[in-house]
Amino acid sequence: MNFWKKTLPLSIAFILGWIGILGDYIPHQTSEELTKSIMKGLIIVFAIVAFLGLYSLLQMHWSKIKRKNVGWGYSLLVYIGFFVMLFFGLYNQGEFFWNTQVERGQIQWLYQYAFTPCQATMFSILAFFIASAAYRTFRAKSIEAGILLLAAVLVMFGVVPISGMIWKGFPEIAQWLLEYPNMAVKRAIFFGIALGAISTSLRIIFGIERSYMGGGE
Amino acid sequence: MEVSLKKLLLMLTILPILAWGNLMPPDGVDVFDAPNDNGKSLFVVWKRTTNETENTFYTIFVSENPAGPFHTQGAMSAALNFKSDYKSVFGLKKENSNWHAYKLDSFIIVDGKKSKNKMIAPNTRYFIRIGVKEGKNGLLSMHPETFEVIPCGNWFAWNKLNSFILFLFLMIVILLFINIAKRNPNLFIRRIAGLEAMDDAMGRATEMGKSVLFVHGLKYIHEVPTIAAINILGRIAKRVAEFDTELKVANWDPVIQQVSRETVKESYIEAGRPDAYKEENVYFASSEQFSYAAAVEGLMVREKPAANFYFGYFYAESLLLSETGNSAGSIQIAGTDAFTQIPFFITTCDYTLIGEELYAASAYLSREPKLLGSLKGQDIGKLAIILVLIIGTLCTTFGYLGFAQIFWPM
Repeated sequence: MNFWKKTLPLSIAFILGWIGILGDYIPHQTSEELTKSIMKGLIIVFAIVAFLGLYSLLQMHWSKIKRKNVGWGYSLLVYIGFFVMLFFGLYNQGEFFWNTQVERGQIQWLYQYAFTPCQATMFSILAFFIASAAYRTFRAKSIEAGILLLAAVLVMFGVVPISGMIWKGFPEIAQWLLEYPNMAVKRAIFFGIALGAISTSLRIIFGIERSYMGGGE
Repeated sequence: MEVSLKKLLLMLTILPILAWGNLMPPDGVDVFDAPNDNGKSLFVVWKRTTNETENTFYTIFVSENPAGPFHTQGAMSAALNFKSDYKSVFGLKKENSNWHAYKLDSFIIVDGKKSKNKMIAPNTRYFIRIGVKEGKNGLLSMHPETFEVIPCGNWFAWNKLNSFILFLFLMIVILLFINIAKRNPNLFIRRIAGLEAMDDAMGRATEMGKSVLFVHGLKYIHEVPTIAAINILGRIAKRVAEFDTELKVANWDPVIQQVSRETVKESYIEAGRPDAYKEENVYFASSEQFSYAAAVEGLMVREKPAANFYFGYFYAESLLLSETGNSAGSIQIAGTDAFTQIPFFITTCDYTLIGEELYAASAYLSREPKLLGSLKGQDIGKLAIILVLIIGTLCTTFGYLGFAQIFWPM
């Protein structure tokens, strides 16, 4: 039992982890082919697991409909959307699913005129959220918030054409803020991220970090 | 009349030769196997001629037989392809801009009206010739020599030697500190407020009788931020199981969902509460970015979870999710290494783990000496980077580039 639940997964993590690291330093064809076949294996896993994901989605919404949970109507919409898309996908303008998808068919129409506008709507909400979040952030309650407010106003104003017409120093200030203080912080964060990623990878490769297997030793 | 015809004939013969004579064949030609690669490319280098213009074109001919037939890659303008374009191969010498270099990885085989691209294969003998012409339809002035080359795959990328040494150094330091931590478990690790607040957030959820929501970022399972998020999920799930609170995990990818299910299940078993685990609570929402955001937002608005945890790599959905969570009145803790999303999380969440803190979270929460030791090793790595930056800045300021060049591509 211990072998299947601990030793085997840790050994796989160790071997594949080292293949991943060394693959970056060994450009030889053999190493390239090994990495390619591992990636192919990953794609196969993705394809199989996609069905499990679909099952999970439908099962969760079915249980909501069955129990008449709050907002069960939305779950019904998931089912309607799923079956409508499935039907038109399989029907394929009368050519059926064993033939190549017909260009400009119903499924593409649904994607273009129903799904894409829904996605665009979600994305456009972001503008309002940014406004409300910015309002909260830029309330100058402390010195730090005041500096942040000043820097943000200078950058926002500096990147619009009118700022340069008023005083040509505004775009230069905005550029300076982006290229120096902002870039310095960005790089510091990137260094930390790189070290953190190396450290996490080593902890997993050497079997020190086991929380993905449920925690304990 | 006869004379003028002779003159005309002479001119017609001589003029192209004179024009052709303006362009000498390429000089200093060398052909060699591309270093640090898989053996599927080779380099052709030649000296930039003094009289070349934008209208000068070079053509490289390739054959697998010394007698031909020779195939081309098409004519290339003299304005392109210099040694200075391949810094990792030719270094940073100033004279590199006076040399042309072309990385040949394929050539075109024309068979009647059909043509196909053939890739350079490792361990195959190739014969290379090079010519130059003025204008695309001009006469070719060929280099007299045919060059022979056999491209081979390399077993070590020497151009990455500095990165490999740095990796070994960091690895040794981290492993060393893990061993030190085994012997001396009381290492000092700075307080991370966001992680300290996790227990409070879960406690609040327990008191309110509401659920805890864990939201994954949008990266695949084999990417480090997702792995770090799953490690944190394992810790949270164990704590939630101990508190007897409901945990919901939203996933955008079926593979991550399956791994999350197993992780949560194992954590519940570890906490001695396998009965409390509900498989349907670790669910797949959608693989589309904004559909995923809509699904999670819907859950936040309807069920109003007491605590929201966002861990992983996020894109534009970060603000949509966290602003909705904020308006739903949840305690929110986020951790991401997505630089562009950090400001949004800081604005809308109660606590935000910035960059590396995402990777430190699991070790910090576990309080296991070995894991904390790795954090200490990470700090030493950071110290080394700071020292390198200070020394590099000073050396470069005083005009010595040698130190900085150690860290450039070799």
